[in-house]
Amino acid sequence: MLNIKVNGETREVESDPSTPLLWVIRDEFGLTGTKYGCGVAQCGACTVHVDGKPMRSCSAPTYMAAGRELTTIEGLQSAAAKAVQQAWIDLDVVQCGYCQSGQIMSAVALLAATPKPSDEDIDNAMAGNICRCATYHRIRAAIHRAAGSLTA
Amino acid sequence: MRIFEDGNIGTAIDGSTASTRDGLNRRDFLKSGAAAGFVLALQLPLGNKAMAAAPAASGFAPNAFIRIAPDSTVTFVIKHHEMGQGSTTGLATILAEELDCDWAKVKTEYAPADTPTYKNLAFGAQGTGGSTAIANSWPQMRQAGATARAMLVSAAAQKWKVKPEQIQVSAGVISGPAGQKAAFGDVAAAAAKLPVPKDVPLKDPKNFVLVGKQQTRRVDSIAKCTGKAMYTMDVKLPGMLTAVIARPPAFGAQLKSFDDSAAKAVPGVKFVVKVPEGVAVVATGTWAALQGRKALKLDWDGGAAALSTEAMFADYRKRVGGAGAASVTRSEQTASGLKSAAKSVDAVYEFPYLAHAAMEPMNCVAWLHDGIIETWGGHQFPTFDQNFAAQAAGLPPEKVKLNTLVSGGSFGRRANAWSDFTVEAVNVAKAISTLPGGKVPVRVQQTREDDMRGGLYRPQYIHAVKVGLGSDGHIAGWQHTVVGQSIMAGGPMASLIKDGVDETSVEGVWPTPYALSNATVDLYSPEQPVRPLWWRSVGHTHTAFVMETLMDELAGLARQDAVAWRLNLLKEQPRLAGVLKLAAEKGGWGKTLPKGKAQGVACHFSFNTYVAQVVEVSLKPDGSPRVERVTVAVDCGVPVNPDQIAAQMEGCVGFGLAAALYGEIEIEQGKVKQGNYHEYKVLRIPDMPVVEVHIVPSTEAPTGVGEPGVPPLAPAVANALAKLTGQRVRRLPFARHKFTQA
Repeated sequence: MLNIKVNGETREVESDPSTPLLWVIRDEFGLTGTKYGCGVAQCGACTVHVDGKPMRSCSAPTYMAAGRELTTIEGLQSAAAKAVQQAWIDLDVVQCGYCQSGQIMSAVALLAATPKPSDEDIDNAMAGNICRCATYHRIRAAIHRAAGSLTA
Repeated sequence: MRIFEDGNIGTAIDGSTASTRDGLNRRDFLKSGAAAGFVLALQLPLGNKAMAAAPAASGFAPNAFIRIAPDSTVTFVIKHHEMGQGSTTGLATILAEELDCDWAKVKTEYAPADTPTYKNLAFGAQGTGGSTAIANSWPQMRQAGATARAMLVSAAAQKWKVKPEQIQVSAGVISGPAGQKAAFGDVAAAAAKLPVPKDVPLKDPKNFVLVGKQQTRRVDSIAKCTGKAMYTMDVKLPGMLTAVIARPPAFGAQLKSFDDSAAKAVPGVKFVVKVPEGVAVVATGTWAALQGRKALKLDWDGGAAALSTEAMFADYRKRVGGAGAASVTRSEQTASGLKSAAKSVDAVYEFPYLAHAAMEPMNCVAWLHDGIIETWGGHQFPTFDQNFAAQAAGLPPEKVKLNTLVSGGSFGRRANAWSDFTVEAVNVAKAISTLPGGKVPVRVQQTREDDMRGGLYRPQYIHAVKVGLGSDGHIAGWQHTVVGQSIMAGGPMASLIKDGVDETSVEGVWPTPYALSNATVDLYSPEQPVRPLWWRSVGHTHTAFVMETLMDELAGLARQDAVAWRLNLLKEQPRLAGVLKLAAEKGGWGKTLPKGKAQGVACHFSFNTYVAQVVEVSLKPDGSPRVERVTVAVDCGVPVNPDQIAAQMEGCVGFGLAAALYGEIEIEQGKVKQGNYHEYKVLRIPDMPVVEVHIVPSTEAPTGVGEPGVPPLAPAVANALAKLTGQRVRRLPFARHKFTQA
């Protein structure tokens, strides 16, 4: 049986280790903030962090996360994460909101790697996250705002 | 057929009677020039009250929309479905404005299925669509808020022994003339004992503190930024199972036989049941259900194997001018005007099927228990969903309890007159309920591919148009033919089709705000095995493209500026002309641009709202268009939440651009080619332009913003591309064309 450290807490996985991580997160761990959108790593709604790096959990077998640290939207703690969520709320980025957990996970990972991203950095880091409501205009603004608040 | 206020249906009712009972009817919409794709006449019983009454109010519940608890918490019951368009925040803003409550203490919840209480006053049925949420609720929510406030004031006046006129209310604090203070909760119990007053005066709009201001933020931002918002996907109930359905691989395909032995051997699979939609695999979790479905051995017949979207286009082109046309409007001068024209445009436009592709694939939870059926879902049309769930379950509608959750996008998909995703969940719940251990809730989840390949698309259309200009530049004749499926045919709204004309097929062409004499418009509505559906802005998705690119071409032929040309034809349309002028001014229409960039413009009236857009377009190195900037001007009456209006305009731009650039569902041999986002491309962040929104200040009644920003985008971009490249796009999407700078 494999173990994953989920949002700081070590959990044993009962599901078959080849199960995509998304379904273990949602159906076994009960963490439903991470969403299913496409199942083929095309939309980014399922984005989580594994050892701090963004990963599309719908297409990653669970054994890939064995012994590693998994962070979902429910477990975000870092200063960058708080800044991103606050910027999202300040600018009312969300519409339907279904993709936004994934958007936020990608944005937090971007700021961890690139504290002052350009528009091009944002386009590159966020291109894997679809928002059908097309809140992209505000996503860009919110990432800049979060970056500004972190370095102010 | 009209709907009465009590939810029953009357036949042979004249329009005026229906008008007084419905508020608005179809004829009123036509008179006002509005094109409303969602005005319904239903062949369903509509008198269903909620299954369970609202929770007993321990505080003060002056009406069906407001509850005030002893701790002063204010709960608003929201009658419209939240799909992202922000109507929850909008309705709460209107209620809070008249109630003068503390915005920070506002909670919202979604109304139960209860057509008489929570119907959309624009339809007579409980449902959300046609960009009507704010428009139909504006007077109703103001009255509800003002009435509650008046009762709180009366209760405080009695308590302090002063006159109601001496009392002020602001942000949830009731103040008396001698410095007395009370919170809403302090007088709620006393207010609850008072009679409900009638015709309470509403606020003077100049005293608004929330409506039209920027400080009311979305009520759902925090939940949606922390993963806590509850979608249908996230429902957890004791013993709940998850099902996926093996569906026909081609339209019309029938199941000949199936072998489920391998599927049943997959760990976690509990049941395999045949339902009208296909074969459902029911399991303890989503992955087990998917693995079980993969293990099914299914033998389908070929279905509609001859069905192909290319053949459909060819067939539609052949129909033009042939038998079977319905007349939308006819002018005796069209033919002679065209004959005598000095210059003319003669063009055929082609529009593909479009999928909604909302981020949350269709799903619903259903549970047969205690003699009722209970569902959890994105019930955009509770009246439909309640009735169709009842039919599927074999129960009366009052034995259906709907729990409406926010949905992960809809764009029209969840507002379908057949309640497909609700019905299939009921079918599965019913099928397993007779099996040992099967009396449990079940979530039926469509995969992305199920959702994308399942039909219910914006129909494929062609327009064939001939327009002639006289030697003086006036429009001498306009011959316009539209061919494409009727969305309303075959469903409960079919009775709205008049003389063969489903106006959602032609809205935006006819009626038109432009001063067009000499116009003749015909419509052919062929049937197809693919079920059609509304898609954000409905008929305007294609009609605006044709009209607004034609206006540009005609301006060019007449050697006139594209804005000046339109304004000349909009002399009787001050509000549409107003947004056009505003967008032109703010977008710097006519300014000198660097080489490789061009501007385009379009304006359109839909859902009672006026929108104009000026776009700036360049080409990417691969010759595909890059839309860099969009300036939007919108006139939607009183702007209730200006920031949410801006958000909808931004979203409409992105949604419209996705379809213009990439949107296309193709069918070959009865099968849909596109199954997921790598095949049915939608907009991603690198393609998103800068969007600047300007809202016209207005005291007119508010109108909708969820859809009207979509129609002008594609034609504005096409007009800019024509300027940049000399190429006129007549077939969408743009991805089908390679552009080269002229």
